[in-house]
Amino acid sequence: MEANSNIIDGKQYIVVKLGNEQYGIDINFVDNIVRMQRITRVPKAQHYFKGVINLRGEIIPVMSIRLKFGLEEDNITNATRIIIIKFDAGSAVGIIVDEVKEVVTLEESNISKINSELGDKSGFLNGIGKHGDDLISLLNISSVIIEKESN
Amino acid sequence: MDISQYLEIFIDETKEHLQSLSSQLLILETEPENVETINEIFRAAHSLKGMAGTMGYKRMQRLTHDMENVFSEIRNGNMKVTANLVDVLFKGLDALETYLSNIQESADEGTNDYEDIIKQLNTILNVGLGKVTETEVPKAEVTKIVSDPTVTESTQMKFKNIKLLDYEKRAIQKANEIGMNAYGITVYIQEYCILKSARAFLVFKALESLGEVIKSLPDTQDIEDEKFDLDFSVILLTKESLDKVKEEVMRVSEVKNVMIDKVDLTSEDDSNEESDSKATDEQEMEQSTASAAVKSSNSSANNNSSKQTAKPVVNRSVRVDIEKLDILMNLVSELIIAKNGLVSISTSDNSNKNESGFNEQIEYLERVTTNLHESVMKVRMVPIESVTNRFPRMIRDLSKKLNKKMELYISGEETELDRTVIDEIGDPLMHLLRNAADHGLESNSERVANDKPEVGSIYLEAYQDGNNVVIEVRDDGAGINVEKVKKKALKTGSITQEQADSMSEKEVIDLLFRPSFSTAEVISDVSGRGVGLDVVKTKIEALGGDIEAKTKLGEGSTFIIRLPLTLAIIQALMVELGSEKYAIPLGSIQTIEDVSQADIKYVHSKEVINLRGSVIPLIRLDKVLDVEEKQEQSDNLTVVIIAKGDRLAGLVIDNLIGQQEIVIKSIGKYINNNKIIGGATILGDGEVALILDVNTLV
Repeated sequence: MEANSNIIDGKQYIVVKLGNEQYGIDINFVDNIVRMQRITRVPKAQHYFKGVINLRGEIIPVMSIRLKFGLEEDNITNATRIIIIKFDAGSAVGIIVDEVKEVVTLEESNISKINSELGDKSGFLNGIGKHGDDLISLLNISSVIIEKESN
Repeated sequence: MDISQYLEIFIDETKEHLQSLSSQLLILETEPENVETINEIFRAAHSLKGMAGTMGYKRMQRLTHDMENVFSEIRNGNMKVTANLVDVLFKGLDALETYLSNIQESADEGTNDYEDIIKQLNTILNVGLGKVTETEVPKAEVTKIVSDPTVTESTQMKFKNIKLLDYEKRAIQKANEIGMNAYGITVYIQEYCILKSARAFLVFKALESLGEVIKSLPDTQDIEDEKFDLDFSVILLTKESLDKVKEEVMRVSEVKNVMIDKVDLTSEDDSNEESDSKATDEQEMEQSTASAAVKSSNSSANNNSSKQTAKPVVNRSVRVDIEKLDILMNLVSELIIAKNGLVSISTSDNSNKNESGFNEQIEYLERVTTNLHESVMKVRMVPIESVTNRFPRMIRDLSKKLNKKMELYISGEETELDRTVIDEIGDPLMHLLRNAADHGLESNSERVANDKPEVGSIYLEAYQDGNNVVIEVRDDGAGINVEKVKKKALKTGSITQEQADSMSEKEVIDLLFRPSFSTAEVISDVSGRGVGLDVVKTKIEALGGDIEAKTKLGEGSTFIIRLPLTLAIIQALMVELGSEKYAIPLGSIQTIEDVSQADIKYVHSKEVINLRGSVIPLIRLDKVLDVEEKQEQSDNLTVVIIAKGDRLAGLVIDNLIGQQEIVIKSIGKYINNNKIIGGATILGDGEVALILDVNTLV
């Protein structure tokens, strides 16, 4: 895969939808994509952590990216997916998205830096990618998972 | 010979021998005449020497050899055990431990020779045997140094007596032309050396790895047959430097001294003066070698410290009783039988019989897996003794250092803990013991003035309590001065005046576990930097345990550590709260009670129940865990009574599900849960249930 991305000289992103916006997640961090399943609530956790799930014998905490971004609650549909992110060795986190669309390859030239006027979510973004007519906000995975909420 | 495969065994056994030496020496210190102890020490030292020798750790072997010599004389009744001797022997043990840890890190013993210890040992040996009186020893050394060194040096360079034949001279000349040097070397072997020829052989081997030996005095045959006194001389052709050659030869054990110099063909018949001046050169040379050696040992020490972070060359291992393995083997065979039983039922058609047979097999399987779990856990269990056995020595040293008389009493060393816990628990315990010795116990005079026995006592007690192992570190010292702690906390701004006024004694004592909090006025070598207790607390919490302190002013203080017995699988009671399921570790559950609403009393506006004479606070779990409230309130509450030490609490729950064996899994580091949740487990239907850490609730 790495060799592949070298040839086409760009990074691959999984494009997901949250409401009307499209977000891109660096494919190197993505371990798995699973359907929505029963989530066990964890008391006293941060409000954007929905709880934990059992993924083939492993306990994985699941967060709602919508709640973290200060959007309205997730509306669980048939298209809702949990993306399992393996950020550093061993520990995985799931994030809930409305829909997984496709995998795109973005070249460096198609990515523009974000300007800070975009609001308080900007800390979670790495840049904006252009793919055809679509704009894709590229998520900065580490700050999404680790950083405190914006506000 | 490849000896790396024996490295693990060597390290294990050396540890055991060192431990036995250490504890026997402690006995010897109090009972210098105990023959059995002396024999035991001698045996341990002897095996150590043998093992180190086999593994090729020359320095270690040399040191143990000298220690063994001393023990041997003591055993033969030729000398007495003195306090000084025990001190030196302990130093020797420390040196051996350093070797061992070097070996463990890098499979190499390091380059420190501990000459000072060896010298002290030999001095003691000589004094003890009456060869020299103690006062004479240093004097003799001084005179030796004062007496003209050049003379002794030149006379010691016996290789100058070697008569070179013509062809040998030519060989030397030729060697000089191609950039090789010819060195004359005289090797002196220790007087007590038993296998001189073997030593000589090793010297030859070392030399031949560097270059070519062209001549020796006496000749090689005689050396092999041990027909020489304590020295022999050789001519060596090599490209290496003088220092390097000398270093190589000195590395062979039981070599006392090495004289080395360039062979100068022209000066063969020269006058004495020349050789004198050359000898002074040699003297200088030797000094520089010595300083070089010091430098190299320094740098190697640096290396060692940097190596600490590197992965040890030896895997962590557990020694397992063969009996335990047999039991495991049996259980695995039963497991296979159980599986086969299930297979045969599923293939047979008779559906009526199927049902009962199936249940029978399931029950059987359950029994086997439970036993298997227990046995595997037992294999991982190590008695706590393996940690505590180094403490008597530590207290002895502390007692000398702090100049306080104290005694350590250990009980419950046979209490077993998981291997991973055992590995981690040593440091925290050491901290607590040091604290007890330094801060806890008063000085001897103070103790006498306060009508206490002069010798302070420190107790280390381990015992099992349900699913926990409890370790108590207790001292009969002054106890913690609560007011002093309060003042200190006020001064550093950790608490406000109002807080201080309303704090209970327990809360004040808990301040001690905060980072960088020390009440000691003077920072001592031993403790008082305030990095102690919070580190202890963090470490113990990382192991899934907790720590609390109790104290009584003037009577001493107690630190109580509570650790989980096992880390992976526990028996738990499954309970229901609303629609959620939680697991409560069975080990902390005392009883389960039915309590009617009318029996709930209020104390300080908190709910309590009076259960068989004891007042127990009620904890509404649904409130604590923010579970959605149920609509209807029944008259009777189901209350699970849990215990933490001697404190009880009642957890109000909605429903009991039953007892279950659960596998503990972590819920990851990103999710924050205020420690109420100790982990999660996966139930039979794939659902996740959270495990309550009741210790944080009580």
